[in-house]
Amino acid sequence: MIWLAWRQFRTQAITAAVALAVVAIVAAATGPGIASAYTSSGLPGCHTSCATDASNFFVGLNRLDLLLYFGSFLLMYLAPALMGIFWGAPLIAREVETGTHRIAWNQTVTRTRWILVKLALVGLAAVATAGLLSLIVTWWANPISHAALSSGGQVSGFVPRLDPPVFDARGVAPLGYAAFAFALGVTAGVLLRRTLPAMAVTLVAFAVIQVLVPNLVRPHLLPPTHVTEPLNFQHRPIGANVNAATGQLAGLQLAGPVAKPGAWVLSDVIVTPSGAKLPNVTITPSGAELTVPPKACTFGAAGPGPTGPHDCRSVLAAMHLRQSVTWQPASRFWPLQYIETGIYLVLAAGLGWVCAAQLGRRRTA
Amino acid sequence: MTNATAAIEARGLGKRYGRRWALADCTLSIPAGQVVGLVGPNGAGKTTLISLATGMLAPTTGTVEVLGGAPASGPDQLARVGYVAQDTPTYAGLSVADHLRLGARLNPRWDAALARDRIGQLGLDLKQKAGKLSGGQRAQLALTLALAKQPELLILDEPIASLDPRARREFLQVLMNAVAEQELSVVISSHQVADLERVSDYLIVLVDSRVRVDGTVENLLATHHLLTGPRREAGSLPASLQVITESHTGRQSTFLVRSSEPIVDPAWTAEEVSLEDLVLAYLGHAAGSQNQMLEVN
Repeated sequence: MIWLAWRQFRTQAITAAVALAVVAIVAAATGPGIASAYTSSGLPGCHTSCATDASNFFVGLNRLDLLLYFGSFLLMYLAPALMGIFWGAPLIAREVETGTHRIAWNQTVTRTRWILVKLALVGLAAVATAGLLSLIVTWWANPISHAALSSGGQVSGFVPRLDPPVFDARGVAPLGYAAFAFALGVTAGVLLRRTLPAMAVTLVAFAVIQVLVPNLVRPHLLPPTHVTEPLNFQHRPIGANVNAATGQLAGLQLAGPVAKPGAWVLSDVIVTPSGAKLPNVTITPSGAELTVPPKACTFGAAGPGPTGPHDCRSVLAAMHLRQSVTWQPASRFWPLQYIETGIYLVLAAGLGWVCAAQLGRRRTA
Repeated sequence: MTNATAAIEARGLGKRYGRRWALADCTLSIPAGQVVGLVGPNGAGKTTLISLATGMLAPTTGTVEVLGGAPASGPDQLARVGYVAQDTPTYAGLSVADHLRLGARLNPRWDAALARDRIGQLGLDLKQKAGKLSGGQRAQLALTLALAKQPELLILDEPIASLDPRARREFLQVLMNAVAEQELSVVISSHQVADLERVSDYLIVLVDSRVRVDGTVENLLATHHLLTGPRREAGSLPASLQVITESHTGRQSTFLVRSSEPIVDPAWTAEEVSLEDLVLAYLGHAAGSQNQMLEVN
C-alpha cells in the first residue's frame, strides 16, 4: 500500500523537492551577504540603544534582499495552503471522481489502511516540506529578525518575530499549518467527493482560519502581561503639531511608551481616571499621538519648541491619564509556537480521523 | 456444480438515496461455482446490488453476504472477491506495468506469471499509460487485475457495456478462458441478454429489485415454449402451463409458457424460445418498448 501511495504522490513529491531546492539555492546565494552586513553593522556588540545601528543595517539592505524578505512571507503563507489544495483536496476526491477508488478498495487492503497510509505518507511529506522551508527561511532571515528586535519595531515593515506576520512564517508553526491545511483538504475532498469544489473550500476555510487564529486565539494561548501605569510627562519629551496657516495646535506627540523590546503588543491605550479610553489617540512604537489636543492646552507665546508646551504638560498632568498596555513578552515566542503547533497538529489528526471514519461508515459508491 | 455457500446471498436488501430507493427489499441467492448472468433493465438495481455486495455501499436495510462473509469486512474477505467495476476504471496516470505492480503489492495471492502472460497475450505495452489505452484494452487490464488476484468469486458490473462488438467478444473470450482455468465463480451483470447468453450457466432476471425468473440457462430453455394454436383464453390452458405472455389475433393465440413437462397437445405448435425472447417476455413488455428499455444507457 505504501508503494501505491508513493507511486501516486511521486510527481508531486518531486515538484516539492525541486521547489525546496530552488529556495535553498536562493537562500544560500543571498544569506551570507545579509549575515555579513549584520556583522559589520555593529549590532552584534550593541546592547542598549541600538535603534540607529538597526536603521543603518536596514538601509544597507539591497532591493533584492528586501524583495526576498517580503517574498518569504508570501512563500510561508502560501506553502501550507498550496499543499492543502493540491495534495490534500485531490487525495481522495480525485479517486472517487475517476472511480479508481473501486480498484483500490477491492485489493487485499482494507480501506481504513488505504486512507491511513495515504494520509500518513502525504501528510508527513507536507509537514517535512513546511519544516524545511521554515528552517531555510528562519536561518536566512535570522540577521533581519535580530535587527528588527534591536530596532524596537521602529523601522516600518520589520517587526519582531512574535508579531503575527513574522510569527506565522518562523519556527515550528508552519509544520502545524501544513499538517492542518493538508488534513483540511483531504476532509473537504472526502465530504464533497469532487476535487475542484474541495480545493476552493480548502483555500477559503484555511485563509479564514489563518486570519482568525492570530487575532482571536493566539493572544489568549498564554495569559498576556498587563500593566496600567500613570502617564508621566515630566521627564518625557513632548512634541506638538501646529497648523502652519492658523497657528492653532493640531496635535500632541507624547514620546516613550512602556519599553518592551520584542513584545507583541495586543493593546495599548491611554485611559482617563474613570477607565474610559481617551479618544483620538494613535499609539505607535515610538509613543502616542493625540490628534485632537485636550482643551485649554496652549503653547504660550513662545510657540512650539523645547520650551513651548509647558502649559500642555500641566493640562495633561491635571487629567491624570494612565497608559494601559497588554502584551505577550518576547520570551513567549517558543512557548506560543509549540502550543499553536500542537493545536494545529491535534486538529489535523482529528480531521484525519474524521476522514477515516467517514470512508469506513458512509461508504461511497 | 452447486456449492454449500452462495456466491451472493441477499435478504431484504435495500439501499435508499434520499427518498429514492435504488434497491428495495431484494432477497436473492446467487449460486457459487458457475457463471451467473445478472440481467435487467437500467434502474433494476443491478449496480446497486453489486456495489452492496462488494462493500462499496452500506445497505439501508437488510443484509448481504458474499461467500458467507460480510462484504469487504477485512483483508481475507477482500482477497476472495475480484471486482471489475462499471466503466472499468484504471489509474490514468499509471502505466500497465504499474498496475501489475499495484496488484502484486496489494494482494498476497497475486499470480504475477498469470498477469504477465495475459498482458502479453493481449499485446499491451507495459510502458503505456492506462489513460491512453482504448476502452477494450482498459477493460482487459481491469479484468487482468481482478483475475491475477486469484479470487474465488469474480464480480463484473456491466464490464462490456461501453465496448465495441469486437472488444466485447474478446473480453468475454478472455473471461471464459479464465473461468475454465481458474475455477472461478462469476457474477456478471448486463442490461443486454445477448451479452450474457454465450457465457452464462445460470441467469437471474432482475426487475425493480426483484428476481423475475432465475435458473440454469439449460433449464430455462428446456421449460419454456412458444405455443401457437386456435384462439383461446389463457385461463383455459392446463394448470401445468404457466403463461408468461400471451397475444391474440382473430383466430389464433400465441402463448409463451413455462412447463416442466413436454407439450403433447397436438392442437398446439410448440416452438423453442431463444434466451433473449424468454428474458424479454419476463420483462413483461411489448417488443417495441422492450428494445427501447434495453438500450444502452
